[in-house]
Amino acid sequence: MDTLFQAAPFTGYVYPNETVIPWTVLIVVYPYLTGLVAGAFTISSLYEVFGFQRFKPVAHFALLVSLCCMVVVPLPLLLHLGHPERAFNAMITPHTSSAFAIFAYAAAFYVTLLMLETWFLFRPVIVEEAQRRTGLLAWPYRLLSLGSYDLSERAMRADRKWIHALAIIGIPGAFGLHGYVGFVFGSLKSREWWSSDLMPPIFLFSAIISGTALLIVLYVIACKLRKMPVDFACLQGMAYALWGFMMFTLLLEGVEFASLVYRGREGIDVIMQFVTGPLVVPFFILQFGLGSLFPLLVLTFIIWSGASGRAAVAAITGCGALVLLSVLMMRWNVVIGGQEISKTGQGLIAYTPVLVGRESLLSAAVVLGLPMILLSVMVRLFPPWERA
Amino acid sequence: MSDKTKPETPELERRAFLSCLGGALACGAAAAATGVVATEATAAAPATAAGPQPPAIPGYDWTQHRWAFGVDATKCIGCLRCVEACKIENNVPEDAHHFRTWVERYVTLEGEETARIDSQADPVNIAASGSESAYRFADRYKDQKVAKAFFVPKLCNHCTHPACVQVCPTGATYKTEDGAVLIDHTYCIGCQYCVQACPYGARFFNEARNVTEKCTWCYHRITKGLLPACVEVCPVGARVFGDRNDKDSAISKFLRDNQVQVLKRETGNAPNVFYVGIDKDVI
Repeated sequence: MDTLFQAAPFTGYVYPNETVIPWTVLIVVYPYLTGLVAGAFTISSLYEVFGFQRFKPVAHFALLVSLCCMVVVPLPLLLHLGHPERAFNAMITPHTSSAFAIFAYAAAFYVTLLMLETWFLFRPVIVEEAQRRTGLLAWPYRLLSLGSYDLSERAMRADRKWIHALAIIGIPGAFGLHGYVGFVFGSLKSREWWSSDLMPPIFLFSAIISGTALLIVLYVIACKLRKMPVDFACLQGMAYALWGFMMFTLLLEGVEFASLVYRGREGIDVIMQFVTGPLVVPFFILQFGLGSLFPLLVLTFIIWSGASGRAAVAAITGCGALVLLSVLMMRWNVVIGGQEISKTGQGLIAYTPVLVGRESLLSAAVVLGLPMILLSVMVRLFPPWERA
Repeated sequence: MSDKTKPETPELERRAFLSCLGGALACGAAAAATGVVATEATAAAPATAAGPQPPAIPGYDWTQHRWAFGVDATKCIGCLRCVEACKIENNVPEDAHHFRTWVERYVTLEGEETARIDSQADPVNIAASGSESAYRFADRYKDQKVAKAFFVPKLCNHCTHPACVQVCPTGATYKTEDGAVLIDHTYCIGCQYCVQACPYGARFFNEARNVTEKCTWCYHRITKGLLPACVEVCPVGARVFGDRNDKDSAISKFLRDNQVQVLKRETGNAPNVFYVGIDKDVI
């Protein structure tokens, strides 16, 4: 018989209905993507709003990364829903007390903001291409120009004002969007693993480090593909940002975990059993050791020694990749981990991901791969490098 | 009785209400287009402010009832007829992972301080019954000395402050005037946020219908003057149901005559399933 659901084995006592894990790998991917959006936007804004000149080479690229990730964000949720065709019910009749009801509005607002900022930022490219190109490919640019080919000093000044304003609004927007994702989990009193006031800031800071790490990796790859030298000052700046924000993230995560253990409320025995058992590899080895501590030590060494050159570029890129893994594991350990600890406080459930299916490792990989495919198209349509 | 033949009045009503609301919104949009917003907006206001509409059941007024459920754990013998009746009555998937009600067994062995807990869904009990759709408690402690043992039937607590209703993004799950927490299966998007939010594990996802499901206190029965199926079949009267507005009802008497407690009081959910005879180990 073709099974409709995957039952998870358990130890101890768990409520009978808990043996089917409600939120799986797609809900791991969802906060991961929103985190990348918020993180990449932060780097873009550090240049656009706060004038960090060393981020200039990646500022426009960061915005494209943010946009490409953001448009894919609803996809894992839609794939997860039992009735995706009813998804708009949450928008038509939002239940105001639900954290989820805000999602559609927040996401719609943020996609619009990102598209507007991208449009203003790349308007010179759009106008030039609309005028230069002939044939079929000219039309998208002509359409996107919205009939205005004005690139005068006055028009550009107006554009700059818009970009500045949108970048400013975008910061609380991005932080709000992702802090809210933390609230979705942190506000639930049913699970001790999630129920924490620190969840929103933990999600937020880990978001910033994941977005920064993604930019580091993508920027270096893009430079290699374009056979252009890596702007080391820029890369170093991102490494500094990564280091700094990682400090915050680790501190918050440490404090959260310490309070959980120190409070020692009902169910702590099972939580400790979980932490010292199934969580050893995904948390201590992958998320903390390999993904956080090791890159942090390497980055500290780079900062301390003032290293530069090919080795430093490779090291920073490697650290970026490891941090990306770490944050993905953090999402996994929060989302899946929370559901592996039974609400009874007396048992553990073991989740095994499925390889193929609507909610599977494959679908999650496709969802994560889509922004990259989208990005490879976008950087060709709107080259973010030349104008940098 | 299957779901297809069963009258699902709350769902129908919900649908009627929503189509009414949709109509009101459409009217509002049309009015905005023709410039008569003020009049139409006021006309639409009562529909949105009304909340869920009462079910269209002849002779049933949901403002006149305040349903509640009682469980006397000292009476339960763990026969699991309630579980079986519920599965049949409500067309619940016949496996060990989807239950609107279940029974937990608490056994404290001599020399041990905490109870060992299992339910009919435990693999040992399924092995004893031979099937996931046959419910039985295996005699698994027969070779040990039992100091104390009792059964605790579990079901949705139909809380006064339900965490599941709070988190539902569409309002598909809602609290009725008479105290039940219901789900509109035609409006549920299947996000399972409510499954996560329920501290009691009372909700599950129905993979065949792609919506969340749970105990309704057999709303289709109680609104016609019948008892919930589990109460009806309980051979020992361990399950009590009734209207708190009626002083002579079984539940009013149960609440008056016993010192009751609720599960996980600290959540602030204020459950409406009241227990007698449960121990500190009950979760």
